[in-house]
Amino acid sequence: MERRRTSSPSVAASAADSGAAAVRLGEAGELPGTNPVNMAHVESPPETPAPRAKRGVPEGLWQKCEGCQGTIYRKDAEEILNVCPQCGFHWYVSAAQRIVQLCDEGTFEEWDANLRPTDPLGFRDKKPYAERLVAEQKRTGLSDAALTGTGMIRARRVACGVTDSSFIMGSMGSVVGERLTRLVERATAERLPLIIISASGGGARMHEGILSLMQMAKVSAALARYSQAGGLFISVLTNPTMGGVAASFASLGDLCFAEPRALIGFAGPRTIKATIRVELPKGFQTSEFLLEHGFIDRIVARKDLKSEIARAIDYCGG
Amino acid sequence: MSRGLHRLPLEKPIYEIEDRISALESAPLGAQQQEELRRLKREVVEVQKRIFGSLDPWQTVEVARHPDRPKTSDYLSLLFDEFVELHGDKSFGDDPAMLTGFAKLDRHKVLVIGHQKGKTLTERQACHFGCAHPEGYRKAMGKMRLAAKFGLPVICLIDTPGAYPGVGAEERGQAQVIAESMFLMATLPVPVVCTVIGEGGSGGALGIGVGDRVAILEHAYYSVISPEGCAGILWKSADHKAEAARALRMRSHDLKSFGVVDAVIEEPPGGAHRDPRQTASRLKNYLVRTLRELVAQPPAALVAGRYEKFRRMGKFLEPGAATA
Repeated sequence: MERRRTSSPSVAASAADSGAAAVRLGEAGELPGTNPVNMAHVESPPETPAPRAKRGVPEGLWQKCEGCQGTIYRKDAEEILNVCPQCGFHWYVSAAQRIVQLCDEGTFEEWDANLRPTDPLGFRDKKPYAERLVAEQKRTGLSDAALTGTGMIRARRVACGVTDSSFIMGSMGSVVGERLTRLVERATAERLPLIIISASGGGARMHEGILSLMQMAKVSAALARYSQAGGLFISVLTNPTMGGVAASFASLGDLCFAEPRALIGFAGPRTIKATIRVELPKGFQTSEFLLEHGFIDRIVARKDLKSEIARAIDYCGG
Repeated sequence: MSRGLHRLPLEKPIYEIEDRISALESAPLGAQQQEELRRLKREVVEVQKRIFGSLDPWQTVEVARHPDRPKTSDYLSLLFDEFVELHGDKSFGDDPAMLTGFAKLDRHKVLVIGHQKGKTLTERQACHFGCAHPEGYRKAMGKMRLAAKFGLPVICLIDTPGAYPGVGAEERGQAQVIAESMFLMATLPVPVVCTVIGEGGSGGALGIGVGDRVAILEHAYYSVISPEGCAGILWKSADHKAEAARALRMRSHDLKSFGVVDAVIEEPPGGAHRDPRQTASRLKNYLVRTLRELVAQPPAALVAGRYEKFRRMGKFLEPGAATA
């Protein structure tokens, strides 16, 4: 199943760009020259809809599972919320699909959809950020990496936000920070339980420089106010949640749930390897690793997420 | 003035003139040599001003990392009348990369928190070159709570390449502690003044960076990612670090224009390492002036003002204005 590798060279290059962007929030010394394909395992969501050359097989019928490397009939996985029927690995789901999975049918109303990213630094690497944004928007159908709004979960009204790891690795720039901050502020004003599902391998978005870093403080400050007002925040960590996202709102839940076998951590595995120069322990930076070290409350399978969230809201008096 | 141990290539013209000055001074001086000496002394200041007035972004990073650049430990003695170190996070350990303690600044009793890089190789290794572990941030948070309880203003000195990336750091919750620290700082009911004195490396810097006022020394930097890290990811090679440093707009005046820092504290000609005393004196003036203004505010106003300060950060478009 090499279908995902058959894209044109230019597409492959841009996918690798954002693939690598994933690892990190930015600590010293990301290793140059390491194999970006490794990162694809971590960051590139299996379903990233990239244009690909057709080879006479109906598109997207089969998919390679990044958990067991098996070749899976995609419909089988889709029927169980994009989970591998063989090994139970939780595949990528888009922000829109998340909302469908999480909220009661037809109850979701999006907030702040009109916000649009801009290019405050005039940033350009191999490609100008402004062009990268347009390409990502076209490819994903999203305006930026987060979707926020209100909906019902088993008839309980909540404020909810999701990040989508396919949009520049789900990284947080000004729009993601602003949408989430407004979400938290509105949840505070309307006294709503708050659910944020993170899928952000990219941490704080490099292309918006220091302004991205400041979004971490902005969202965290809003969450501090929300908490003082007595609000319940349930943070759901999914594959992958790294860097500046892990080091801000994603870790600040009154309750932290994680989907099984998600990659969650601060520094990217490559950065750590380059710093300490030893092999990383097996299962390092997975949900199970975090549970063992005391940083998450429960590992929750995707099929149980909705009922687990509803139950937690009930316990906390929502 | 420390001199000569670590010479940056960009400082070469300065050292050349200084070598000529020392050569002249070592011999008895006639009238002509006196004149030459005066000329050289004027010239060395001019050359310093010229070089340090036109550093490119990568050179700024080199200056910010200069081994002779004054560190938190230097400022502890230069800024404060007294420093009483307080150790430990009451949970796991005492991270030498994060210094905390009581101090006296002018008429104010304060609590100081600062990244510590160390001076000698042994110290630098013990401090992981200024990269704090989770216990460092937990220590900082513990002392901030103490400051909040007893009404002490908090002074943070930021100088880190980033929070430590390692197995132990991840096991002990590096992401968790940085998040918690920002969360805590957002609501501290005491004045908080932060200054980036050297490297403002990403989340590790911001973890003690949520203040009522944030200042930066002229040749320090503050960035979402190190230029090497950014180059490695976006250019696929750390060789492009100079381009990355330029693209990231991480220098003091850029940060001021983005509204991320409130003040840029000018360094002496030739940089902070040429004259730590004068640098510290300018920083002290800023801190004293700022504290005087902040201690006059009631706690609720401080917290509200701090919220609004960070609330404004970011840049995006909002066509049609009203929310959906």
